[in-house]
Amino acid sequence: MIRECKKVLKPFVLGLLWLLALLWPLLGIHPDGTLSFANAFQVWLYIAAVAFVCVFLYVLNKSGNLDFAARPAAVLRDRVSEAAGRIPSKAWIGLLLGFALIYPQITGRYEQDVAINVLIYVCLGLGLNIVIGLAGMLDLGYIAFYGVGAYSYALLNTNFGISFWFSLPFAAVLAAIAGCIIGYPTLRMRGDYLAIVTLGFGEIVRLILNNWMTLTNGPNGILGIDPPSFYFLSFDGGLSFEHLYLKKLHYLYYIALFLAVFTIIAVRRLNFSRIGRAWESIREDETAAELMGVNTFLLKLLAYAMGAVFAGLAGAFFSARMRFVSPESFTFLESALVLAMVVLGGMASIPGIILGVMALIVLPEVFREFELYRMLAVGGAMTVMMVFKPRGLIPAKRVGTRSEEKEG
Amino acid sequence: MAAPLLELQDVHASYGSIKALKGISLTVYPGEIVAMIGANGAGKSTTLMTICGIVPVQQGDIFYRGTSIKGTPPETLPPLGLCQVPEGRRIFPRLTVRENLELGAFYRRERTAIDRDIDQAYSFFPILKERRNQQGGTLSGGEQQMLAIARALMSRPKLLLMDEPSLGLAPKIVQKIFDIIAEINKEGTTILLVEQNANLALQTAQRGYVLETGAISMEDQAATLLDNPDIRKAYLGE
Repeated sequence: MIRECKKVLKPFVLGLLWLLALLWPLLGIHPDGTLSFANAFQVWLYIAAVAFVCVFLYVLNKSGNLDFAARPAAVLRDRVSEAAGRIPSKAWIGLLLGFALIYPQITGRYEQDVAINVLIYVCLGLGLNIVIGLAGMLDLGYIAFYGVGAYSYALLNTNFGISFWFSLPFAAVLAAIAGCIIGYPTLRMRGDYLAIVTLGFGEIVRLILNNWMTLTNGPNGILGIDPPSFYFLSFDGGLSFEHLYLKKLHYLYYIALFLAVFTIIAVRRLNFSRIGRAWESIREDETAAELMGVNTFLLKLLAYAMGAVFAGLAGAFFSARMRFVSPESFTFLESALVLAMVVLGGMASIPGIILGVMALIVLPEVFREFELYRMLAVGGAMTVMMVFKPRGLIPAKRVGTRSEEKEG
Repeated sequence: MAAPLLELQDVHASYGSIKALKGISLTVYPGEIVAMIGANGAGKSTTLMTICGIVPVQQGDIFYRGTSIKGTPPETLPPLGLCQVPEGRRIFPRLTVRENLELGAFYRRERTAIDRDIDQAYSFFPILKERRNQQGGTLSGGEQQMLAIARALMSRPKLLLMDEPSLGLAPKIVQKIFDIIAEINKEGTTILLVEQNANLALQTAQRGYVLETGAISMEDQAATLLDNPDIRKAYLGE
């Protein structure tokens, strides 16, 4: 016990001192030039106290002093996971879907709003996952396709009065075309070069949206976009069509849920298809994939286009929900956020990415009370995550049962 | 003699401004094992990558079964029966053994035939069957080499190009790999073998080419090359 304490003590103290050195300039130097210590020191003390408890528990556990509690806990955990494993995964999915369906009935506006955000980002995260997780190409301008989708619907609707449902395929196709336009000249590049080029592309799209005043109304954005609507058959006074706009939040929630479920099913089918395997081979070793007869150029282009399709769908929904779009929504920060969701959740793992999205949307909401420190907390949580679980919250499974093999 | 399966005529290739191949001419006849030996940087791997279309041909021509394959994209070659086991194995590390094998048969679509070939690969390399659900990257060097060979065989090649199959392997494993190469050849696959281990390569092959700084310096029956005092001095360390 003493030995373990000694081992931990030095890095612990050093780490805390380092944190203080970092924290003080952040909190103690004020814009008007004055210096203060109390505030920074107080925050630091809180962190030090929490860290001390964590380290103390860790040392106790390591030296076996917590066995009386840890052993039964481990046994319990094994039993629970065993019991959970016995319920077929279909039942779990059904349960989740059932919960998702009744969710708006049991929650208020705020919760529904957050949930819609989560669902939009699930589409974005899974779309980006095709490009990054499967085909292994780092894309830092992914949000551009989201923007293309959003502006497609906004422009089609405000200029030609085309409804949401008819615009949806247009938005997807236009985003896919944008994906091919960026893809065609850049896909000969690999790794870091590709990342920089996509970063540039993302900015180009945003700047076009910002400056093409006659088309996009520039930084003022486009106002007065129709929400999604439905046509009903009505029999009052003869047969006619009734037009109903879905303005209520929980209708929008169901549309978002529909899009997210569609995306999940589509990405899953792609992932386990021949194309999905070819993408993974490109991620693993592009030259070897080429030697094995994989048309790497076409498949990389397809990965870009498919990823863009889901961003386009999400974008169209985004503008229908906000009923307003402006270039501000499509900054690099958004690309980085989606990327963080994918990496945090676990690349190429669909449940992982959904969890990653929830973490990065819901956690900042939970931490809203800490306002100032909320991004600091999220950043800290991500750093810790990447140190302890570098492959993500739910790493992609890699046991060969994805093919027709069903033995063992 | 039968018509050549593969014929290189005065092939030139370069990386940027560095000339890697300065006029390679060689022929491979059906059913042979042909060895290509040479020092580091002589252009052995480049020759194979040029045949496969990864490195572009600058001058000269490559004929496979009588038709030129110069400038054809690499992914069109496995369907023609031309496949490579690349240098350093280059298996897909995070895919399972079985997935690696299935990617070898990527261009093929008949499910049952592919499954049959996978079973055949397992019976040829029993260790791969044991490891079939493991990630390729967790295999040992020798196992990875076997996987790379099995993966290439999944495309049912008529001509198999092999780049340094002995690289980084223990002598005992190397012997085993070469036994496997001889057996693959016996079952009807023609092999063009690039090796630094000149002794083993020339013992396994029927004919050999010696490469020096991007050009072929000697060509003969493998046994004759093995007896050549210059070769013994330069490549066999005697």
